[in-house]
Amino acid sequence: MIYVKGVNQDQKWDEINVGGNITEGGTALDVNTGDWRIMIPRFHEDKCKQCMLCFPVCPDSAIPVQNEKRLDFNFKHCKGCGVCFKVCPFEGAITWEKEDK
Amino acid sequence: MSNMVEIRWHGRGGQGAKTASLLLADAAFAQGKFVQGFPEYGPERMGAPIAAYNRISDERSSLHSNIYEPDYVVVVDATLLSAVDVTGGLKKTGAIVINSEREPKDLIDQLEGYEGGVYTIDASAIAGEELGNRNLSNTAMLAAIVKVSGVIPEDAFMKEMEVSIKDTFSSKPHVIAPNMKAIERGLKEVKGI
Amino acid sequence: MGIRRLLSGNEATATAMKQINPDVVAAYPITPSTEVVHYFSQYVADGEVDTEFVAVESEHSAMSACIGASAAGGRTATVTSACGLALMWELLYVASGQRLPMTLAVINRALSGPININNDHSDSMGARDSGWIQLYSENNQEAYDNYVMSWRISEHKDVLLPVMVCQDGFITSHAVENIELIEDEKVKEFVGEFKPERHLIDGGPLSVGPYDTPHFYFEHQYQRAQAMKRAKQVILDVSKEFAAMTGRGYGLFEEYKMADAERVIVVLNSSAGTAKVAADQLRAKGEKVGVLKLRVFRPFPHAEVAKALSNAKAVAVMDKCDSFNGMGGPVFVDVRTACYDLATRPQIVNYIYGLGGRDVTVDNFLYVYEKLTEIINSGTNTDDIYRHVGVRGVN
Repeated sequence: MIYVKGVNQDQKWDEINVGGNITEGGTALDVNTGDWRIMIPRFHEDKCKQCMLCFPVCPDSAIPVQNEKRLDFNFKHCKGCGVCFKVCPFEGAITWEKEDK
Repeated sequence: MSNMVEIRWHGRGGQGAKTASLLLADAAFAQGKFVQGFPEYGPERMGAPIAAYNRISDERSSLHSNIYEPDYVVVVDATLLSAVDVTGGLKKTGAIVINSEREPKDLIDQLEGYEGGVYTIDASAIAGEELGNRNLSNTAMLAAIVKVSGVIPEDAFMKEMEVSIKDTFSSKPHVIAPNMKAIERGLKEVKGI
Repeated sequence: MGIRRLLSGNEATATAMKQINPDVVAAYPITPSTEVVHYFSQYVADGEVDTEFVAVESEHSAMSACIGASAAGGRTATVTSACGLALMWELLYVASGQRLPMTLAVINRALSGPININNDHSDSMGARDSGWIQLYSENNQEAYDNYVMSWRISEHKDVLLPVMVCQDGFITSHAVENIELIEDEKVKEFVGEFKPERHLIDGGPLSVGPYDTPHFYFEHQYQRAQAMKRAKQVILDVSKEFAAMTGRGYGLFEEYKMADAERVIVVLNSSAGTAKVAADQLRAKGEKVGVLKLRVFRPFPHAEVAKALSNAKAVAVMDKCDSFNGMGGPVFVDVRTACYDLATRPQIVNYIYGLGGRDVTVDNFLYVYEKLTEIINSGTNTDDIYRHVGVRGVN
């Protein structure tokens, strides 16, 4: 029986968890889901009032909060759904644009 | 297997032929025998003809088929004589035991020319008198087949029955003594030719 | 030296369950397996076991509950027959794919339709490729012994696959026969404690059954396939240890009078005993006949079976289950395939027999042995390998 922390596509059949069971928590943190984006939200700190409406609605926990202030987006996990842009009551604090990759 | 005795029981659903075959299995087992006891399988319906079987031997038998050439046949309900081929395959060297108030010679016509032993016992009357229910004839029939087949010595059989009747009817202790009486009479009252 | 008793196959299985005292039993009644659950729930009610008995609303739920219980680290058992096993289908694959040890006592019964409650093997044979180990039992003793051994096999770290312990419905499940039971303490010591390395209670964190993408699914199936291959050695090791305890030896299959046998019948479960009686009768006349009784059907011991059949001239493989594939039953297909690599192969034909409780007699096997003589004398052809015995109008 083997239990491995984290799996990747380089591992062979006998190097991955038996039966596909996952033996640690929060493993989604390691997965780059940011490459799913077509549209991208942009954070403009100068226009932000720190009202804290955006971070709870982010389905991917891609808005980090530190010392009661939200920081810039974590683009490794942001899938570009636009919910934060929609919920923001302040003009220009979050903008919503096509991403040029 | 030369020492194997095979017994086929004919009864109707609800008459306790299967229970009697299992009690016989218990008694033979207690004598150190290898035993099989099994009913013919199907939906169990009150009144429908059923068969049950015993194999009793000194070595384990690996046979798992029904019994087609029995040494003995027990008929728990005489109305089956006209409904079922009760003597089918029955060995000439063996015998048939029938629950009937009639004499064995009076039943021969119904036995398809069977040439072996024919025995009767009025087990329904015994059941009616001892147990208050003419349908509970199976224990007297069990005693009769033990007597006729000699598959177990009678005294050992009586001792074993005390144990297994107590066990079988542990929730109805008042029927233990009447059942023992029915067994005693079964051993004594069987009539043969 | 064992406890001499007179028990039906169902009582024997229930007794083994009591001695093993599983953490969880989730089951739904179906003839002819109902008695096992009936007896066992009495043990639960009487406090003779500590088992959490889950009275579920269907077999689908029974297997689902077992999967949850095993993933939670519990020693888990269930029992079923026929349509009940069919209703578990989806979950059978989940249990083995998630690599969850457990034992399922299958009291073999025909599948509908038309509806029939009697014995054949269409239930467990249908589940033969679900990733479960399958052990088959000739009589109540073997059903009991296989059941006791199943836990050590299922829970072994090289295996981690669920096990079906099969016996014939009614024919052995409802027939009382002599049996030698093992003392409670010995069973407990033999089976030991179930200590999964990881489980949902206390052993976490653990997620069981997450979505498996094409990047990983194939590797996980390869793991399962390898575990099934490794199970063969584990079964042999556990059986050896069991023989040391009880004096009753079991291999992957039993070879009965096979040493110089030219005509061989391959068969499993209760009819193997009847086939042995037929073989005895012919041996008494000096005929070279034998019986190969399969005990382990999954994993299929292909190399060992081929070796055992390598000196035979003609082989009849008996299937108490029709595959409706126009070619032959499941045991036949595997046995015949196993023999393909032999330098000199016996002629191998299939006989479907005993479906839906059709009584299987010594005469049936004598007939098959006779047909094998005909095959040796005049050969057969591929149009004539898929045969039936005991069907009115056929033979």
